Amino acid sequence: MKFLCVDCDKQMAFEERQLPGDGTLAATFKCPTCGRVVAMLTNPMETQLVSSLGVEIGGRTVPAQPLETVRKMVATGREDAFDEGGEPRGHAAGGNGAPSWSAEAQERLARVPNFVRGMVKRIYADYAKERGIVEITPAVMDTARAELGLEGM
Amino acid sequence: MPPIRTYHDLTDADRSALPEQIGAQRRRVAERLTGVGRVIAVMSGKGGVGKSYVTAHLARALARSGTAIGVLDADLNGPTIPRLLQVVHAPRTTHADGVEPAIGADGVKCISMAMLLEDGAPLAFKGPSAESFVWRGAMEAAALRELLGDVTWGALDTLLLDLPPGMQRYVELCDILGAPPAVLTVTIPTAESGDAVRRAMRAAAERGSKLVGIVENMTGQGFEGTAGDDLAREFAVPVLARIPWHPTPDIWSALGARL
Repeated sequence: MKFLCVDCDKQMAFEERQLPGDGTLAATFKCPTCGRVVAMLTNPMETQLVSSLGVEIGGRTVPAQPLETVRKMVATGREDAFDEGGEPRGHAAGGNGAPSWSAEAQERLARVPNFVRGMVKRIYADYAKERGIVEITPAVMDTARAELGLEGM
Repeated sequence: MPPIRTYHDLTDADRSALPEQIGAQRRRVAERLTGVGRVIAVMSGKGGVGKSYVTAHLARALARSGTAIGVLDADLNGPTIPRLLQVVHAPRTTHADGVEPAIGADGVKCISMAMLLEDGAPLAFKGPSAESFVWRGAMEAAALRELLGDVTWGALDTLLLDLPPGMQRYVELCDILGAPPAVLTVTIPTAESGDAVRRAMRAAAERGSKLVGIVENMTGQGFEGTAGDDLAREFAVPVLARIPWHPTPDIWSALGARL
């Protein structure tokens, strides 16, 4: 979909995406000429349809993860479906240049269902590594969620 | 008010780049399958004719003959390939690049939704329950795409795709692959099966799939009819095998050799 500022006859540009957590999605678009901003609000079914295509409004913020849609969207995934091979087993250990995890961050990560936890962990770890962050804390996780648009994780 | 420009009139760069995101998904599948010699969909318009059974035993026979073979269980809602290939559950090792397939009997590589779901649980998705038919098909297609493109198949001579009954998964597969796959059709001898399989074969042929042949399953007793021969004649394809109720290994080997 695209948005047109009718007065200016200009294509509006994507500005920001928000996932409020109630299954809906908000995305804002701005006219490059007059500066008018409009918000597109999708209902849960429409939001789900976008998710089911494996695409992100506003563009991808992190590289596609293996079985990303399956891990994010399957509700009946088994706890021991995945083994994150090649990654440090200990959450707190930060070997091979990988950031360490504070106790509070580990607690928060432990609340993520195991079916998707390894993928979430990898995304946060890559985020921290790319920015030279040596320890992942809840604050780092909050920042990453906001910057990367991981509201659903 | 002047006429409003149409979607295709607006050509400015779009940060969402949704077509590019879809294109990247297709490229990921294509790149993953570069090491795969051929992709064959095992299908039938009819349920209960033994597609998964044929797929698994054909795969094992090919593996025993030295062929590098993989099986993707595309029956997401009724997966049976792990049991047929005697796969013992173990967590699937996952890397940044992909998920490793399981290794089944005779060294057949395989992946199945059964490996990812709770024991006995249906495939259920998070999301609004109302009008879920609108998005569920797209979600299953995404799962199929990821099983194709995110599993580290490596070099394979043949990847067999065990499709569920009906045509929906086949159509999704054509879109995901960007080209119709070769099709191996399974039927039982009855005219009723022949009717359903005929529609599926016609749809596949019209879509451009190469029909590699027919396997007539459950022959010899119980089911009367000539569906295999009838379909072979109509579509000018061979009956590659007739599988009795208690087949011997050499029947599977012969099927593998003729494929």
